[in-house]
Amino acid sequence: MAGNVPQVNRQATAKSQRGTEESPLVKWLLVGVCGVFLAVFLLLPLVNVFAQALVKGWQVYWASLHEPDSVSAIKLTLLIAVIVVPLNTLFGVCAAWAIAKFEFRGKSLLITLIDLPFAVSPVVAGLIYIIMFGLQGYFGPWLDKHDIQIIFAVPGIALATIFVTFPFVARELIPVMQATGREQEEAALTLGASGWKTFWHVTLPSVKWGLLYGIILCNARAMGEFGAVSVVSGHVSGVTNTMPLHVEKLYNEYQGPAAFAVASLLALLALVTLGLKSLLEWKQQRDYQRAQVSAAETVAGPKSA
Amino acid sequence: MSIELKNITKQFGAVAAVNQVTFSVQEGELMALLGPSGGGKTTVLRMIAGLEVPTSGDILIRGQRVNELSVQQRNIGFVFQNYALFKNMNVFKNIAFGLKIKKWKRRDIKARVAELVSLLGLEGLEKRYAHQLSGGQRQRVAIARALAPKPSVLLLDEPFGAVDAKIRQELREWLVTLHHELSVTTIFVTHDQEEAMEVSNRIVIFSKGDLEQIGTPREVYEQPANEFVARFIGVMNVLDTEVKAGVARVGELQFGTPNQPDGARLRIGFRPYAVQVSTDVNLFPYRAVLHRTYFLGIMLRLEFELASGLVLRSRMTKEEYAQLGLEDGKEVSLQIRNYRILATEEAALPPERQSAYQPPPSIAENI
Amino acid sequence: MRSQRYNPLPGFGLTMGCTILYLSVIVLIPIGGLFLRTLELSWADFWRLATADRALAAYKLTFGASLIAALVNAVFGTVVAWVLVRYEFPGKRFFDALVDFPFALPTAVAGLTLSNLFAANGWLGQWLVPLGIKGSFTPLGVVIALTFIGLPFVVRTLQPVLEGFEREVEEAAATLGAGRLRTFFSIVAPTLLPAIITGFALAFARAIGEYGSVIFIAGNKPYESEIAPLLIVIRLEEYDYTGAIALAVVLLVVSFCLLITINLLERWASRFQN
Repeated sequence: MAGNVPQVNRQATAKSQRGTEESPLVKWLLVGVCGVFLAVFLLLPLVNVFAQALVKGWQVYWASLHEPDSVSAIKLTLLIAVIVVPLNTLFGVCAAWAIAKFEFRGKSLLITLIDLPFAVSPVVAGLIYIIMFGLQGYFGPWLDKHDIQIIFAVPGIALATIFVTFPFVARELIPVMQATGREQEEAALTLGASGWKTFWHVTLPSVKWGLLYGIILCNARAMGEFGAVSVVSGHVSGVTNTMPLHVEKLYNEYQGPAAFAVASLLALLALVTLGLKSLLEWKQQRDYQRAQVSAAETVAGPKSA
Repeated sequence: MSIELKNITKQFGAVAAVNQVTFSVQEGELMALLGPSGGGKTTVLRMIAGLEVPTSGDILIRGQRVNELSVQQRNIGFVFQNYALFKNMNVFKNIAFGLKIKKWKRRDIKARVAELVSLLGLEGLEKRYAHQLSGGQRQRVAIARALAPKPSVLLLDEPFGAVDAKIRQELREWLVTLHHELSVTTIFVTHDQEEAMEVSNRIVIFSKGDLEQIGTPREVYEQPANEFVARFIGVMNVLDTEVKAGVARVGELQFGTPNQPDGARLRIGFRPYAVQVSTDVNLFPYRAVLHRTYFLGIMLRLEFELASGLVLRSRMTKEEYAQLGLEDGKEVSLQIRNYRILATEEAALPPERQSAYQPPPSIAENI
Repeated sequence: MRSQRYNPLPGFGLTMGCTILYLSVIVLIPIGGLFLRTLELSWADFWRLATADRALAAYKLTFGASLIAALVNAVFGTVVAWVLVRYEFPGKRFFDALVDFPFALPTAVAGLTLSNLFAANGWLGQWLVPLGIKGSFTPLGVVIALTFIGLPFVVRTLQPVLEGFEREVEEAAATLGAGRLRTFFSIVAPTLLPAIITGFALAFARAIGEYGSVIFIAGNKPYESEIAPLLIVIRLEEYDYTGAIALAVVLLVVSFCLLITINLLERWASRFQN
């Protein structure tokens, strides 16, 4: 093994002298700029969340999380995610199937419309539901008469969250489904499989990583949404405050450590999301590379694996 | 009569991908659908499978009209060009899939898969996934999967397209053997005329959605129905001539064409084998110089330049070449034993600038 | 909707129906409802509400800060993407994953921690504030928050383009005698430009609508550090629905225009790739 080392070094020096490489000075300058920028804007804020949360020690941290309002905020956030994520997943799968596997006119318009919620300010997203279901809204008086509360209650929060997380699953799934093509599904059909069986046994397994990816992103945003929820929630502490809203409330009441304690849970969620995301990207890439390798071998001949 | 197509037309928008096609396939036949890409042959195959619906016309399988039958109900086996193996299932599960759908008993499925695995030489690969198989293995899995539910007809779309030339040759021979053993009616699509000639009992030739000719490999080679077929199958010298006194002429070449009026323009074609060569410059009517020799293995391709500048192509074996003592620049005499009138109408003659037809690179050189 | 091309796969009607229904109920009808409400206003009223002094100040801050933040991201995002694609250095994978952090972190948490960092007693503020750089509770804070949330866009748009960029092209330029800088500006940069502009537009669009992170750090003083989305919330809290709607329509129209621009940009950018 030791004999290999000088060889590797030679290669490295040879590489840095190529005409399409920057000089080491420029390279490390750029790496430095990149590192400092990312450290200041990303790493420092992240570390700060946990540092501030623990500034008064673990006990205060635990106490802030066990406070009834915090507990109810956590519960509400989980409830919203449990409502929103499955609905948007179902929609995403439907939309991806129709868009990826079929040709029809107006397809690009449909894709743009699905992306629309990303372009709308979260505040406006909340506002449109107030206009639909609020007391002064289109259905407000009718809802009020039948004693159904949507705005300033869980249904409103769920609706606003559905709106802002609407595109995630569909967006991730459409390209993956398009990439797998239609041949596998057609093969299943020629073998007598029904549409549902084809979807369940052939389509779904081949897009599972993409689907999971979309679900994870959708979940992260659903749990973390602030603007849209803030508009429709009514801010009733212990009843309609989600975790991000609770963070704001604590912050406005100058309860810094408590605000950071709740925030640290959300930051943890973000880290878990990032971790899973990287894992899934790696898996997807591996599957893709395998497909590439096997496609190459189709031409190159057998392989002893 | 295993499969019949009657006046099948398939429109994609304003374009007819398949135009008024009628042919039938006998029980147990091994038939090739041949043509350049975009010729409509894959569309025909997909219509037989039920993956496309014809715009008009009828498709019959064993006498039963199947136009209204869905792909699931047609009981066909389809091998896709890129095999379309289920990536999430191993070899065993891929082959068993169709049987599971048909609700076979577990024991029967096992037995049937084992049978196919040994028939196709896939022993020991049952647990592997598509990405762990070679191209040839993948193709055999795809065929095993298609055969498992005992289809009434096996359809293959460019079955040898995705593997390299060496394996392709093995696979061809193997498909012929397999067909011989199973004698299941088989239709395959290919753009490679050599492949079609070698593997099939009969060939259906398509071009731009039209059916050009049906026949055995020998028929389409020796008696091409028209210019397209003549030029698509094998290499051909093609010359534009004009008739004078019952003889079609171009340069010093003369072809007897009785019953053609003076002034008629004819396109004449002949195979390289039809060119007979002698080193005795007075033996045959045309004097020529061996312009260039191409070594293609056992066969050689020769280009002769006539005094008028016309270039003719010929073929011969190494032995013949040696016997004649040929070399580039040598003077020879030629005669043309066999030729065909490819086109007669002036309107049917598209511009033909070259004196000899240059085959497209996709056409195999070693015919 | 269905074209003539036959497709043997089933389920188009069902999935398409569900998609259209869900899309309509969640997105199209509520947004339509907002626009319908605007029609109840007279043009003069709308104009008065949408261009009140306080609203104009809010637009100015929102669009100005978004523009600056997006520009910062265009510059540094390009550097980050370049470094992550072209160079090997320790911690590269970690930094690569970290770029998505602003996507994953709830905006409220981002605002909270940034405001704390730049406050007079914060980790960065204790050094910056004495220098006169006040990040928290000023318009600068708005820029900081918007830079944070827009950071991934340029990087993530540019990365695949850079990865797909053929080294041969650069090598060709080098064989023709072009120096490194020359090659970058005349060969590389023009190819990357559409992606950079697309990323810039995405970051800008996102920044305009941003609410959560900004309100923690901005100080939210009317006419000074109050962004347009916040003004909508304030109008709502005052039960001034028409005022809120007028502002929302302005934001929506700007968002739509940006969405169309981005679509066109992406189409333009894809022309440079195969």
